[in-house]
Amino acid sequence: MLAFLIQRVFQAIFVMLVVALIAFSLFHYVGDPVLNMVGQEATEADRAELRTRLGLDQPIAIQFFQFIANAAQFEFGISYRSARPVTDLIVERLPATLELAIISAIFAVVMGIVLGIYTALNRGNWLSNFIMTASLIGVSLPTFLIGVLLIYVFAVELGWLPAFGRGETVRLGDWWTTGLLTTSGLRSLILPAITLGLFQLTLIMRLVRAEMLEVLRADYIKFARARGLSKRVVNLRHALKNTLIPVITIIGLQLGTIIAFAIITETVFQWPGVGALFITAVRFVDIPVMAAYLMMIALVFVVINLIVDLLYYAVDPRLRVQGGAK
Amino acid sequence: MNDTRHTTTPPPRPGKLQRFLASDIVYSWKHQPVVILATLVTLVMFLGALFAPWIAPQNPFDPRQLDLIDAFAPPLTTSDFTGNFYLLGSDSQGRDVFSAILYGSRISLLVGFAAVLFALVLGTALGLMAGFRGGWRDALIMRIADVQLTFPSILMALLIFGVVRGFLPRSMHAEVAIIVLIVAIGLSDWVQYARAVRGATLVEKGKEYVQAARVIGLPARNILFQHILPNVMRPVLVIGTIGLALAIIAEATLSFLGVGMPATQPSLGTLIRVGQDYMFSGEWWILLFPGLALLMLALSVNLLGDWLRDVLNPKLR
Amino acid sequence: MSSTPSSDSRDTPSVPALSVRELRVEFPTRHGTLVALDDVSFDIAPGEILGVVGESGAGKSMTGNAVIQLLEPPGRIAGGEVHLGSQRIDDLDEDAFVPLRGRHIGMIFQDPLTSLNPLFSVGEQLIETIRAHLPMNHKQARGRALELLREVGIPAPENRLDAYPHQFSGGMRQRVVIALALAAEPELVIADEPTTALDVSVQAQILALLKRLCAERGTAVMLVTHDMGVIAETADRVAVMYAGRLIEIGPVEAVIREPQHPYTRGLMASIPGIETSRERLYQIEGAMPRLAAIPSGCAFNPRCPHATERCRRERPDLLPAGTSRAACWLHDPIDPVIPVSEEVAADGH
Repeated sequence: MLAFLIQRVFQAIFVMLVVALIAFSLFHYVGDPVLNMVGQEATEADRAELRTRLGLDQPIAIQFFQFIANAAQFEFGISYRSARPVTDLIVERLPATLELAIISAIFAVVMGIVLGIYTALNRGNWLSNFIMTASLIGVSLPTFLIGVLLIYVFAVELGWLPAFGRGETVRLGDWWTTGLLTTSGLRSLILPAITLGLFQLTLIMRLVRAEMLEVLRADYIKFARARGLSKRVVNLRHALKNTLIPVITIIGLQLGTIIAFAIITETVFQWPGVGALFITAVRFVDIPVMAAYLMMIALVFVVINLIVDLLYYAVDPRLRVQGGAK
Repeated sequence: MNDTRHTTTPPPRPGKLQRFLASDIVYSWKHQPVVILATLVTLVMFLGALFAPWIAPQNPFDPRQLDLIDAFAPPLTTSDFTGNFYLLGSDSQGRDVFSAILYGSRISLLVGFAAVLFALVLGTALGLMAGFRGGWRDALIMRIADVQLTFPSILMALLIFGVVRGFLPRSMHAEVAIIVLIVAIGLSDWVQYARAVRGATLVEKGKEYVQAARVIGLPARNILFQHILPNVMRPVLVIGTIGLALAIIAEATLSFLGVGMPATQPSLGTLIRVGQDYMFSGEWWILLFPGLALLMLALSVNLLGDWLRDVLNPKLR
Repeated sequence: MSSTPSSDSRDTPSVPALSVRELRVEFPTRHGTLVALDDVSFDIAPGEILGVVGESGAGKSMTGNAVIQLLEPPGRIAGGEVHLGSQRIDDLDEDAFVPLRGRHIGMIFQDPLTSLNPLFSVGEQLIETIRAHLPMNHKQARGRALELLREVGIPAPENRLDAYPHQFSGGMRQRVVIALALAAEPELVIADEPTTALDVSVQAQILALLKRLCAERGTAVMLVTHDMGVIAETADRVAVMYAGRLIEIGPVEAVIREPQHPYTRGLMASIPGIETSRERLYQIEGAMPRLAAIPSGCAFNPRCPHATERCRRERPDLLPAGTSRAACWLHDPIDPVIPVSEEVAADGH
């Protein structure tokens, strides 16, 4: 188990290094960083001085090392566009994205599992058929279109919920702002959370359903019934636990995807998060912001992957206890 | 179905196998009303996009054909000033929404097909190389694939789009937007093809006829193109069909985010982005009709892809 | 309850543990209804072991699944009656049937590797089963679980109770499965190929264990297997099935030594080393018909060397034949079919 874990950690470090290399190359080769920072009017001397100050006259390997060292301290330089430290820009927008992502993830996972179980256990009744058909539409629709249509129906036509923004926020501690403690903040969260979570919900639901149908055919389920266990115990204790093991991996990976897809949702709802920041960066080729965002997303994915591996151990005794009596 | 299949993908050598396949497909097609409906919708939208210049009342890309005086005409109205009939209304520029949808789907489909083709060729080539040559090439390609798979493809496309634009002077951005989009979406999506082809190549490589061909000294190129390639085409076609729906959605998403097609050359995604601004002021048709068009296109192409996958190869996910 | 095994249940005065009458199981399909079990009748006395043999697809497992109502959908009982002791059970709905499983009818499946849920420890599975049937708290149930594991011959059960199935060998797992099936002391155990998946060296141990435990408790056993060796060693009586029908039933000795149905004769002749050694094993010509294409009359008639016009037209009931009963017109007391070529058919009898 320890060996496996160490192997996974090394793999994670490898991925981070590759991503760092890409981010560094972006920095270094896409456009001229000096030109981007001081503009066309600066004199040659100004540029040379900035070049030295940024360490751009050093050998590439040393610059890369410096880049990683900086990144490890969350230091990504100055945004070309707003001339502010990238780290500040990200930190002040991170709470909005994380709150949105976490609420959507909970919505997607809880609803996905519940609906998946329901449709697996009630195969063929009209409600299951309806849910399955609806989920097919959900999988096929682009996220932004769902968002736009939700705004049109619930904000413009019905006027029930706000169409954009985060509502009122409350400051918690030094830098965290939350929308979860005000009514307008919570109301503002509903539509974006549904938009962001819907795709993952349908995916998780279809997966849970497929896995559960597979598990229900297993011998140990038939034997559990033959032992006289009630339907409830067989379905919700035995079948569910076996269903959830393969589902955990996918759910874990989907959570990472939620943070990435937040880019789209944040644009639709003008949500002041890091995703919207990234889109602006792409539009204006603001390389430091792009690089920092890339590193952040990579870190999120890598950490989630590691957690998924650990969870596997917690749930599956076949991995937890090795060997055994012969 | 055959019509669309021929337009989507270069058909592999026709022959007994092909005819046998076709009969299976036709049988399954006939027994699923949803699939028939999806085929019809796809066909109508394909034809509408293909013959847009002949069907559309105006060319929405040509500013000379637009009349600002006809701006915001509601659907099904005839202009009092120009006498133009607006089936689905007009937008802030006096652009006919119906024409814009036809021309927009043209761009959406063009980008979708081209991106899939690009990803398919690239992925198949890399997959063949990885599987057939093995060694460090295999290791390198598959590691890159692993890292790329860690991230959602829309994020990859965004990133590639940003990088490519970084290399180009700003003045060229609008002109080459369509090519940048194709490259970005294609590059973000080659991994699946490479993995499937590599797997299939490894299987084929182990088979006796390939071993025999190598023993009698047939050049590697002949073995690859005459024996292995035809055998790995099937999974590639299946992934490609599903990939088309994904590519169309990816293009629409990028354009919606404002990093794809510019407003002067709108795709469906761009139209929806523009329409979103007018949703609050009551001009719902500018948003809703392009939205419905994208919805129908994405849904029916997706349904067709799903169905084709089930018919051709139930094991592929 | 009396636990004297009787050689033939026709003479048993007490109420049989299981009584199956004219059982019929159907599978409605798109291409018509398949009859998987057709007019199957037999009894098992308390403490008696009835072996059920036949080729795969003959309906032996189906019979067990029908009795405990675990038929795979869309299969359903379409006719006949099943009585457990004096209670009729075939007409109970699922909710009413659940309390019977495990408590009154236990079941053992073929593959001990897949019968146990890999994610729950052996102890958890035993305790939940015990507590589902007996009024015990967790601690009492744990004690009972230990006792059961000891009884089925698991060494140092207190150390093994919290182990997971994958930590047991195949034979040990099947012992656990037997412990689970017997946890609530059911009156009837259905053992569906209980030793098929095990090593030959372990098979005999498991059979001996099953036989001993059931004898001690007076449990009736329906032992489904395709292995005549297992039947010869374990069963008191044997029922032979063919194409969803019961074609011969009688004491083990009699069926093995003097098979009465031409199919049983062929079956016995095709088994190596039970009676005589021969150079080449006997083969019955042809194959068992698919359920969709069962011939009229006797299902065996296309392969039977004695078949007559009547066999093709009219289906024989189980008729007394020696100490057994066989579904063959050869044994019609009024108008027996004359065997045409006995030597060829039985080859060596």
